[in-house]
Amino acid sequence: MSDQKQLTRRRLLKTSAAAATAATAAPYFFTRGALADSHAYRNAPTGDSVTFGFNVPQTGAYSEEGKDELRAYELAVEHINAGGGGMLDTFSSKALKGGVNGKKVKFVTGDTQTKSDAARASAKRMIENDGAIMITGGSSSGVAIAVQGLCQEAGVIFMAGLTHSNDTTGKDKRANGFRHFFNTEMTGAALGPVLKNAFGSDRRAYHLTADYTWGWSQEGSIKKYTEQLGWQTAAAVRTPLGAGDFSQYITPVLNSGADVLVLNHYGKDMVNSLTNAVQFGLRDKQVNGKDFAIVVPLYSRLMAQGAGENVKGIFGSTNWHWSLADEGSKAFVKSFGEKYGFPPSQAAHTTYCQAILYADACQRAGTFKPSEVGKSLEGFKFDGLGNGPTEYRADDHQCFKDVLVVKGKENPSSKFDVLEVVEVTPRAKVEYPASLLGGELGPYNNG
Amino acid sequence: MDGLFLQILNGLDKGGAYALIALGLTLVFGTLGVVNFAHGALFMLGAFCAVALQRIFATSYQAVSETKKDFLGNPLKEDVPYIQDWFGPDVAAFLMDWSVPMSILLAVPVMALIGVIMERGLIKHFYNRPHADQILVTFGLAIVVQEIIKHYFGANPIPQPAPDIVAGAANVGAWVGLGENVVYPWWRLVYFGFSAAVIFGVFAFLQFTNFGMVVRAGMQDREMVSMLGINIQRRFTIVFGLAAVVAGVAGAMYTPTLPPDYHIGMDFLVLSFVVVVVGGMGSLGGAVLAGFLLGVLQSFASMNEVKSILPGIDQIIVYLIAVIVLLTLPRGLLGRKGVMEE
Repeated sequence: MSDQKQLTRRRLLKTSAAAATAATAAPYFFTRGALADSHAYRNAPTGDSVTFGFNVPQTGAYSEEGKDELRAYELAVEHINAGGGGMLDTFSSKALKGGVNGKKVKFVTGDTQTKSDAARASAKRMIENDGAIMITGGSSSGVAIAVQGLCQEAGVIFMAGLTHSNDTTGKDKRANGFRHFFNTEMTGAALGPVLKNAFGSDRRAYHLTADYTWGWSQEGSIKKYTEQLGWQTAAAVRTPLGAGDFSQYITPVLNSGADVLVLNHYGKDMVNSLTNAVQFGLRDKQVNGKDFAIVVPLYSRLMAQGAGENVKGIFGSTNWHWSLADEGSKAFVKSFGEKYGFPPSQAAHTTYCQAILYADACQRAGTFKPSEVGKSLEGFKFDGLGNGPTEYRADDHQCFKDVLVVKGKENPSSKFDVLEVVEVTPRAKVEYPASLLGGELGPYNNG
Repeated sequence: MDGLFLQILNGLDKGGAYALIALGLTLVFGTLGVVNFAHGALFMLGAFCAVALQRIFATSYQAVSETKKDFLGNPLKEDVPYIQDWFGPDVAAFLMDWSVPMSILLAVPVMALIGVIMERGLIKHFYNRPHADQILVTFGLAIVVQEIIKHYFGANPIPQPAPDIVAGAANVGAWVGLGENVVYPWWRLVYFGFSAAVIFGVFAFLQFTNFGMVVRAGMQDREMVSMLGINIQRRFTIVFGLAAVVAGVAGAMYTPTLPPDYHIGMDFLVLSFVVVVVGGMGSLGGAVLAGFLLGVLQSFASMNEVKSILPGIDQIIVYLIAVIVLLTLPRGLLGRKGVMEE
């Protein structure tokens, strides 16, 4: 019995050592292979098609956004394979002529569930089992950062979806990751001056902040820019994610002496906290002889619908809005609206752009190899995708473009007509040095 | 003082919702001995009765506008509610405005029916099974119900405004001699009054009617009541329906406070189980007492003054209290001997 135990233990130790060696060496096998053949890379397509992996929340609280992202991806694939349609017709690059590098685009989908573990598992499955050459999508910064890390390790490109935290292209940036969506730094820079014009420079702000990476990032940016304009911060209170009823966090605002409430919440938390704030009469209140103001720094039209009339007159920012009148936006709204019967959300817009931008970069690079595609995207300047002249900055793989400041519409004409654009802040005013947000891109990984 | 008073109101309001859900859970456990994890789904279904009634009132035909354009630049197809054509714009506006309170009229029969079908169709087969089986099957049922609701109504919250007459906040401070900053939403005050009325109604029903007397006797000794020739099983089925109705009307009336989505029941369920355990398994009074107690303590723990001393306390207070109560009073605040004790 004792011998058997020893034998088992020894075998266990041997097996563990072998497994550990294999696990440690595995990444180098890929690297060695890649170095031996400069054309080899992870999931290099061999047939007449190439597979994109769309990793979006199909279940859970953000599944409506996920569905809209999937619709946009399907539309983008249609347009890429057809070599035209939608914003592909207005896109300044004319490299795509039907398919990518002579291959038809196919896609597989995964469900992030808006959980980092689930998102990584579905991305891994698409890379390892389905041969996805690129992963894109998502509706949360926590998820985006987790999947970006996985794609870097696996050696495929990650085209981030809806992620607004500075960290995605700041301290957690990776060479294989690219973000089209704006971030909290840009929101602060765009929103600050508009808030000053609307409410003056003598204000005391009370922040309620979702207690996770995006919330901290958003709170920091808004505090930074409003304090630069002369505002004081009365308090910044962290609230648990998914708190449900926010009344116990709203009531202290009443006696705080603050005259602005900043809700650094997104999704359902935003709907609930804004609804609660309006219920407590904050929108109609007067403090210090001034009208009390509520600010929601990041708006999502899909989510704002959930707050109903409570969004009226509330300022915020957004990456894109379907009411924009430029040719790219009009073409996208038309193609999306005719296919699905309603206008696209900002989540749909950014994911459509990401699919098009990736396909175009591959076509221009003449390969799907991540390092070559990445270089093709770095410093790429383009127009016609709904945000005006845009650049994928090489230093941090962040897109720089105009930022929209919006306000809840007082007299909406339909259920989609929730927000109105009050200012388009030019790119120059929201740009910052890449070193500001820290992090290192590191080298590309080709798998 | 103003802040403290407001947090007491918050706690009572929150506690009202906890108590209503916990009351239904306790009724089912006390009578049928079933740990019903689908009870949160019943709260959610009640909330969607309010959504459904609003949708019924808003059922429309489309009229092409001659002046307005849609997002594609085509003539706008405007929704014209049938009730507007049938009863005129004033009546239509009144019905839409009062759809949430009126949804109780829909929620009571619908939830009673759902409760009875659930009990007869599924729960009764698990009476003599271990609690673990009951938890698994009812939790599974809750997920199925959630997904059905998500399929038909989507995943996003759906706003349900309170009637205009109770929109906005009441100047509660003036009523009790406190500052003008002490305001509280009218609808939350209505909800607190509603919770108190439902709780009182359920207790009165069980205390002062023959039916209630039999049910209470059955909760004490089911076999003895059966031996007296009373069909206690039929009465317990009705009690399950009653518990579903209580959860349902609680959900329907809660919708103006928080826009409902398919997950709203789950958000309350875990807390409500803690309430039941702290109150004492099978104790109706304990469920109500613990509901209000935990609601008030949760609100106090969220005060900035408290959080500055004990960071993060707002997120654990309910569970901390549960641990303390169970260590000092293993049967909960008002638990009876022999319940869930082998």
